[in-house]
Amino acid sequence: MTPTSSGALTISDGRLALSALLILVNVALSAALRLGLARSLLVASVRMVVQLLLVGFVLEWLFRQDNAPLIVLLGAAMAMIAGVSAVQRTRRRFAGIYLNSLLSVMAAAALVTGLAVTGLIQPQPWYNPQYLIPLLGMVLGNTLNGISLGLDRFMEGLRSGRDRVETALALGATRWEACQEVVRDAIRVAMIPTINSMMVMGLVSLPGMMTGQILQGAAPAAAVRYQIVILFMIASATALGVFGVVGLAYRRLTSADHQLRLDRLTSVSKQG
Amino acid sequence: MLPSPPALDRPLLLRAEQLKRQLGDRLLWSQLDLELRAGERLGLVAPSGAGKTLLLRALALLDPLQAGTIHLQGRPPASWGLPRWRSLVLYLTQRPVAHGGTVEANLRSPWSFQERRGRGGWRRERITDWLAALGRDPSFLAYDAERLSGGELQLLALLRALQLDPIVLLLDEPTASLDGATTGAVEALLIAWLGAGPRAAVFTSHDSEQIQRFASRTLELAR
Repeated sequence: MTPTSSGALTISDGRLALSALLILVNVALSAALRLGLARSLLVASVRMVVQLLLVGFVLEWLFRQDNAPLIVLLGAAMAMIAGVSAVQRTRRRFAGIYLNSLLSVMAAAALVTGLAVTGLIQPQPWYNPQYLIPLLGMVLGNTLNGISLGLDRFMEGLRSGRDRVETALALGATRWEACQEVVRDAIRVAMIPTINSMMVMGLVSLPGMMTGQILQGAAPAAAVRYQIVILFMIASATALGVFGVVGLAYRRLTSADHQLRLDRLTSVSKQG
Repeated sequence: MLPSPPALDRPLLLRAEQLKRQLGDRLLWSQLDLELRAGERLGLVAPSGAGKTLLLRALALLDPLQAGTIHLQGRPPASWGLPRWRSLVLYLTQRPVAHGGTVEANLRSPWSFQERRGRGGWRRERITDWLAALGRDPSFLAYDAERLSGGELQLLALLRALQLDPIVLLLDEPTASLDGATTGAVEALLIAWLGAGPRAAVFTSHDSEQIQRFASRTLELAR
């Protein structure tokens, strides 16, 4: 049931190259509708291929390691990339936003993944990279989306709801009383994709991890069990990460004097 | 009408000293001193963009002070606590906002704030008296607050503030969306309300006649 031994057919280099032709569908569509996406698509495709091929090599090397600090360090590096990428999808910035995102991603992922490897799945040893790294990767990928959505929604919500928030403050509300609606809304929006995906899980989508295990010859019933654990991990890590990042942003964009500090917010002009 | 400049026999309510406001490189006002005594209606006079709104916001401490100090009845903001300060030095924005629900729900909502727990509450008959003075009948309370006209919204915001009995009322263009008759009624109501306690008001208006008519004193904003 472990996915190391090859149960699946090997994809040859030629067929791999052939699969890249599928991207021409996107390029043709972009050209026909003048979406201006051709360049982004090309860059994204190349990045995806290069990153994954490299990761393939790195993982093969990594799975032979038996060095806890090294593996934890790698996990931390993955979390850092996730924390930074989460911020890059938002439309506004404030000083410390990267640190907030990093802290939230790391705390959430460490807590949940830690619990999984020490309690729920219990690989031997706990840092066994064959388990730890893919689990962490899935948790990070999803937490990242939640954090992006929550952070963006929170900042936009404060800006568009500024008059409402300040009216409440002017009437004697505490900063929490004035902002709680915006905070709640941001957290709710950030959790929607996770909840949606759990709702239709198995009906509309067969998740990647489960598909992989099944392709490798694992019994579907066993693969499903992993998938259930991972989905709960994702849901709780996303909730923790979003809660953390929105909470930190709330503290940053308001003051202990119960002021709304939108002057700390700057907008970024970016494309794609 | 009160005697013109400063009614020194009246108790001092608010004192601001050496306030300054700068927006980027632009200095709006500095070394600004201001004293408000009970019963005063101080009109702020300055061209657009001179920072009248920012001064009102500064007095309510909605923005951090860039320089200077403010005291209310001799006590600094920190000793009151900011939510308490703002319910005593109450700022009415130029662009009033209401949340969903009826006018009454909007008037009730500030009573639910932590700051105001155990400090009295919603008094319907007081509001309906005020509404009558403004030529509206009590059915106004049942209106959907999100469908009010600009003028009605301004009345809602005014009543929402008055019922909280602040010591200093900061009015930013309080009658900008009102017709002449209602404006007169609002001014009369404000004068009656100010007379009912040791209270004072600071206001801005684009209407120089209103400043002449309503202000007991004026302050010109200068750099």
